[in-house]
Amino acid sequence: MATNAYRKVYTRLEAITKATVALRARGVSNDELATVDGRLAQVVRIRGEMVTLQVFSGTEGIPSNATVTFLGEPPTLKVGEQLSGRFFDAYGHPIDGGPEVEGESRQIGGPSVNPYKRRQPSQLIPTGIAGIDLNNTLVSGQKIPFFADPDQPYNKVMADVALRADVDKIILGGMGLSNDDYLFFRHSFEEAGALDKIICFINTTENPPVERLLIPDMALTAAEYFAVDKNEKVLVLLTDMTLYADALSIVSNRMDQIPSKDSMPGSLYSDLAKIYEKAVQLPTGGSITIIAVTTLNDGDITHAIPDNTGYITEGQLYLKADSDSGKVIIDPFRSLSRLKQLVQNKKTREDHSQVMNTSVRLYADAQNAKTKLENGFDLSDSDHRCLAYAKEYATRLLSIDVNISITEMLDTAWELFAKYFTKAETGIKQSLSDKYWKA
Amino acid sequence: MKTTGTVTGIVSNLVTVKVDGPVAENEICFIDLAGVKMMAEVIKVGGSNAQVQVFESTRGLREGDTVEFEGRMLEATLGPGLLSSVYDGLQNDLTVMEDVFLKRGEYTDPLDRKKLWDFTPIAKPGDTVEAADWLGEVKEGWLPHKIMVPFSFKGGYTVKWIKEAGSYNVDTVIAVLTDSQGNDVDVTMTQKWPVKVAIKGYREKPRPNRIMETGVRVFDTLNPIAEGGTGFIPGPFGCGKTVLQHAIAKQGDADVIVMAACGERANEVVEIFTEFPQLIDPHTGRHLMERTTIICNTSNMPVAAREASVYTAMTICEYYRAMGLKCLLLADSTSRWAQALREMSNRMEELPGADAFPVDLSAIISNFYSRAGMVILNNGKTGAVTFIGTVSPAGGNLKEPVTESTKKAARCFYALEQNRADQKRYPAVNPIDSYSKYLEYPEIQQFLDNTIEKGWVDKVLTAKNIIRRGKEASEQINILGDDGVPMSYHVTFWKSELVDFIILQQDGFDPVDSLCPLERQKYMLDLVLDTCSLDFDFPDYEKCRDFFKNLINVLRQMNYSEFHSEQFNAYRQDVQKLLEEYGN
Repeated sequence: MATNAYRKVYTRLEAITKATVALRARGVSNDELATVDGRLAQVVRIRGEMVTLQVFSGTEGIPSNATVTFLGEPPTLKVGEQLSGRFFDAYGHPIDGGPEVEGESRQIGGPSVNPYKRRQPSQLIPTGIAGIDLNNTLVSGQKIPFFADPDQPYNKVMADVALRADVDKIILGGMGLSNDDYLFFRHSFEEAGALDKIICFINTTENPPVERLLIPDMALTAAEYFAVDKNEKVLVLLTDMTLYADALSIVSNRMDQIPSKDSMPGSLYSDLAKIYEKAVQLPTGGSITIIAVTTLNDGDITHAIPDNTGYITEGQLYLKADSDSGKVIIDPFRSLSRLKQLVQNKKTREDHSQVMNTSVRLYADAQNAKTKLENGFDLSDSDHRCLAYAKEYATRLLSIDVNISITEMLDTAWELFAKYFTKAETGIKQSLSDKYWKA
Repeated sequence: MKTTGTVTGIVSNLVTVKVDGPVAENEICFIDLAGVKMMAEVIKVGGSNAQVQVFESTRGLREGDTVEFEGRMLEATLGPGLLSSVYDGLQNDLTVMEDVFLKRGEYTDPLDRKKLWDFTPIAKPGDTVEAADWLGEVKEGWLPHKIMVPFSFKGGYTVKWIKEAGSYNVDTVIAVLTDSQGNDVDVTMTQKWPVKVAIKGYREKPRPNRIMETGVRVFDTLNPIAEGGTGFIPGPFGCGKTVLQHAIAKQGDADVIVMAACGERANEVVEIFTEFPQLIDPHTGRHLMERTTIICNTSNMPVAAREASVYTAMTICEYYRAMGLKCLLLADSTSRWAQALREMSNRMEELPGADAFPVDLSAIISNFYSRAGMVILNNGKTGAVTFIGTVSPAGGNLKEPVTESTKKAARCFYALEQNRADQKRYPAVNPIDSYSKYLEYPEIQQFLDNTIEKGWVDKVLTAKNIIRRGKEASEQINILGDDGVPMSYHVTFWKSELVDFIILQQDGFDPVDSLCPLERQKYMLDLVLDTCSLDFDFPDYEKCRDFFKNLINVLRQMNYSEFHSEQFNAYRQDVQKLLEEYGN
């Protein structure tokens, strides 16, 4: 950070709330960083000479005569190849015991990519998980969250996806991670021998919640460095965005802003969009793909956080505990990848979209049969076959512990079709069933 | 002399400026941030303080930074070359910016000042003209782009001189007009107009009297939108709003399409300018992009410019309407615009209305929708702006302020429904809740009588009634069980499924089915209604289901086949056979 010999020091606070302090100061710039008794803070409001600062680590113990020094610039991250393999806190300081990173200092939360300079995403990201690759194929440059209840193994799925994806860098932004989950990620990355392509920005539950607000911008500034400057394929993992949004509401509440739905700030949509829209496919080949986690409250997707997220992201992946197979599956009904048609049948086998639609439709038939059963009606022969199919489909394809190639997924689906149904019952285009049907 | 001021307060993109002179509501000013001039708009004045919304990030702005007021409102630049452009919300040309990232304070010219246009005069020296009258014409793509008396001119003028036919750039003086006081004024091919003010300059705005064909059956057959009409599409995420809007943009029978991507995903805009240049307009055979202007303020671009984007888009439509053209404006999504208003209202600490939206939200929305319409120009020709907006209701709940306010303003309502989307019944427009007020217009009824057939509206209402009765029957079946209701309930239900699968549902990704011309829509509706008018009885409900499933399957194949092709006719025969086999 630039040094300034004439930097003025203030020692009198006019107001203190749990997340903010206010003082009289002149010549302060918007978004600028300051220290309040050594704690980092950022300018969030200027009203005449009254300046309000958001103190990232909270204001516990801050006295009204605290020392405030303005640092003259917004939060920055030093970027360079040395970021690889390192673990940082929300301010970009190492937490792995290694040295500070040397490199160019960049302001975080920078400007948007000119939409006209984007390219249409077209590269498939295989994950080995059929619930994703077969039904909701991911494409580089996409942004997509997992919608999951807190008890589901979303962090494990995300680590699996990251380690199997064919990308140059994996950047993890952990917000409110439990220490156990942080160690899990660290361990998985080490185990996989992938540390050289991993960069982590971590805020655990032990750290103050407002610090989380810096994490996505830190992660994405690093991502932009590798994608734009180095033309690399970057995968950014953000977990858990619900905790990020909660931190937003804390700050807006302390600033006396009028809350909108679910006591979230009125700007929630823009705040989330600013992060997710960093996902991009660049013409030079570099790309940023964002996979996030939004935890739900008892599956409620009408809450402001998942609702706004759904309008921003290119689909969503629902995790669901399936009672038939006893596995956690990717719900084929409510999950969606909006970009899947850009790669299906183009980068994958010609039968992909037909197999996907047919297998999901037959799974839906099984759900109807199940309802019939629950309501005490008699089941027909085809109902029984549907139910048997559904169980095997969930176990062998929808379950998150699957790890096979897309061709294997398609072949498995054909095998199931032949095992439980006739060609006519599947209603697949004749030319395809002639070619792929497993007699 | 220009009014100047200094920055005294900053909260996000709301900046308070102490001014030294007069300022106007909605006046534009430039804030100087270390040499970068950032555009802002006055949204509130109190004493010598003006509150301005900045169209850029205010990071680094300081108390005491200087501000210069422009004495004008936010304006759009109008002239040949607007079509096939990609603009941001403030009409900066995004295609000429070199950097990958958008730079603060980088404003680019909306028009290519060097490009030459083949000009032909229309007016003659000695003609008396007024604002919006046509002076000459250039060819923009295949469209006759009229060069008009600027809309800001008041009263009558006499044409003193007009340029001879030839190739000129937009800044060339193409006419000299003399006002009633004898002063001469130059007119070029370009003019500016404040986006928040509706362009008038027409004789009258009659009720719409014809429908705009879209090739989408849930629109044209069930709930047609009038040329110059208004409609809106609310729906939860994942229900196909964008796919439906893109279908209308591709197929809508209009001369000019303006798409305002307002606070939506950037990749959707990329899809438009990647695919549109390759697509052909079904009505003219020309490239779609030639008739399309894209205004994009994607969700990560500055919030304040989101509001500007819809106004800029509307102004461009009104400009082309004044040339006697049919324009279609699609805005996706007006909820994001409303949210931008909410953010500003919130920062100004105004007392909030419902869901923290500003209390005048409803007035702002209806005022905007009222700018659409068909007009009769001074020369007797007609032009139209048709407006379709999407709404993204929070949690998919239609009882929220933006949906409710829009419902009051728009004449057509296309409710997308989660349930139908889950069942992959696309387009997922709920056939019972949705409506088009235009079906009640005698002018439109007469138009349909003349262009489709006499009594068409009655047929449409019959189809809707079949759906409604089918829904009632299905509710009874669900309660009482398949065996607990008389056979007629099953028949009623399956007749409604027939209308649903064949008329309502349409495969937007199928090359044939995605575009269904009116003639074909009439053919299929007749066929379906004729079938529904037959009496059926079955020994058991499974026979009933199998019969209708077969029938639906064959009729769907007809939808997928070229109209009146051999294949189509063969399937038509199959339908006949099925009905005969049944015994009718």
